[in-house]
Amino acid sequence: MPALDFTKVFLAWDQLLFGAWMTILLTAVSGALSVVLGVLLAVGRTAANPWLARPVSFVIWVVLGTPLLLQLFVLYFGLVGFGIDLSAFAAGVIGVSLHYAAYNAEVVRAGIASIDKGQGEAARALGLGPLQTLGLVVLPQALRRVTPALGNNMIALLKESSLVSAIGVMELTLSAQRMISETFRPFEFYIAAGVLYYLINLVLEAGLRRIERGPRAGLDARPAPRAAGPVTAPAPRP
Amino acid sequence: MDIDLIARTTPFFLQAALVTIAVSGLSMLLGLALGLLAALCRLSANRFVRWPATAYVSVFRGTPALIQIFLIYFGGPAIGINLDAFTAGVIGLGINIGAYMTESIRGGIVSVDKGQGEAARALGLHPLPTMFLVIMPQAARLMIRPLGINAIALVKGSALVAAISVVELTFTAQRYLSSTYQPLEIFLVSGALYLAITTAMNRGIDWLDRRYAIKTART
Repeated sequence: MPALDFTKVFLAWDQLLFGAWMTILLTAVSGALSVVLGVLLAVGRTAANPWLARPVSFVIWVVLGTPLLLQLFVLYFGLVGFGIDLSAFAAGVIGVSLHYAAYNAEVVRAGIASIDKGQGEAARALGLGPLQTLGLVVLPQALRRVTPALGNNMIALLKESSLVSAIGVMELTLSAQRMISETFRPFEFYIAAGVLYYLINLVLEAGLRRIERGPRAGLDARPAPRAAGPVTAPAPRP
Repeated sequence: MDIDLIARTTPFFLQAALVTIAVSGLSMLLGLALGLLAALCRLSANRFVRWPATAYVSVFRGTPALIQIFLIYFGGPAIGINLDAFTAGVIGLGINIGAYMTESIRGGIVSVDKGQGEAARALGLHPLPTMFLVIMPQAARLMIRPLGINAIALVKGSALVAAISVVELTFTAQRYLSSTYQPLEIFLVSGALYLAITTAMNRGIDWLDRRYAIKTART
């Protein structure tokens, strides 16, 4: 059994850090896109018009029911057949964003459903149009409620972004593999990559907790205000 | 639409689907065993029992499953563990999903009213019979949905073993994609098989949940 030797890992530190940086970039771009697209899909799915709601539900069903890796392969290796030659990075961002947009859509849909119907009715009664009602009244409350669930999806996205290494996007997993093919030290480099993922994960989790605790978070969860002052004194008896 | 290609590849995809089911099923069993063990450890009063289980959950949920599978398959030989791709894939997926299942199982156990355990102890049951005869049967009903969601995620996650060349659905799809460049047909067949498995599981979980969920006013 050969002895473990981490010196090669330290010598290739800059390569791994570059990979880690690309993973962060990929997560940030796909994460932002997936939230925006997820909200659009959720709105489409809850639309009253079945010509919009049905196809959107179908897309979400297909995307959530099949593996991300398969979707990435189809996007990257498959679309060439239609004359669409996506770069690996573009295919990776599109695949990861679309996959997590479907997850986010389910979360946001649940958020929209949890908002009291009276909110929408009151907004309409005050003369707001349907889009204004949705965008200014319902969605802001729904999104605040589902922030923790969206955050969990972002943490999952960070880890699943490693799959884009399979289509050749140079991020943390692939840069570890690249160094392994030079140094023949798979154990050491996968441990190092794992440590870096774990650290990024910790930072992301801390950041998400801050957002959840932010000044505007949890407004809906606030307990009902109590009556000020002491409980009413018993009425004096005549 | 190339019907001929679909007809020609379907038998191979069906065979690959069986491998996907085998990989998912075996790693599910491993994950359940690990999850149950780690959940019980996490609930232990002894911190030396609790700590390793907490570390297991944190490390394996905090790093990508793909890295874990690569570490076992490619890194294993460096520490004297030589496994074939299928076994390495099953172990990697099982250890990974086990960390998620730990939390689902623990969640189910702690949701059972504390009085149940206290009453069992007061009636003279020892800690282990209390756990397995009184708490677990009630907790199991609460775990149906969370564990079911894990199981569906596992079927989709089993695609990762394609990266270590296990010939399952995604690996087969990739091989045909890079030889035929016909994404529509390939995705139609492979995607339909995945959707059949995941949709059937969804239905099954809904049925189990309706059948066994504890119907009380408690939420």
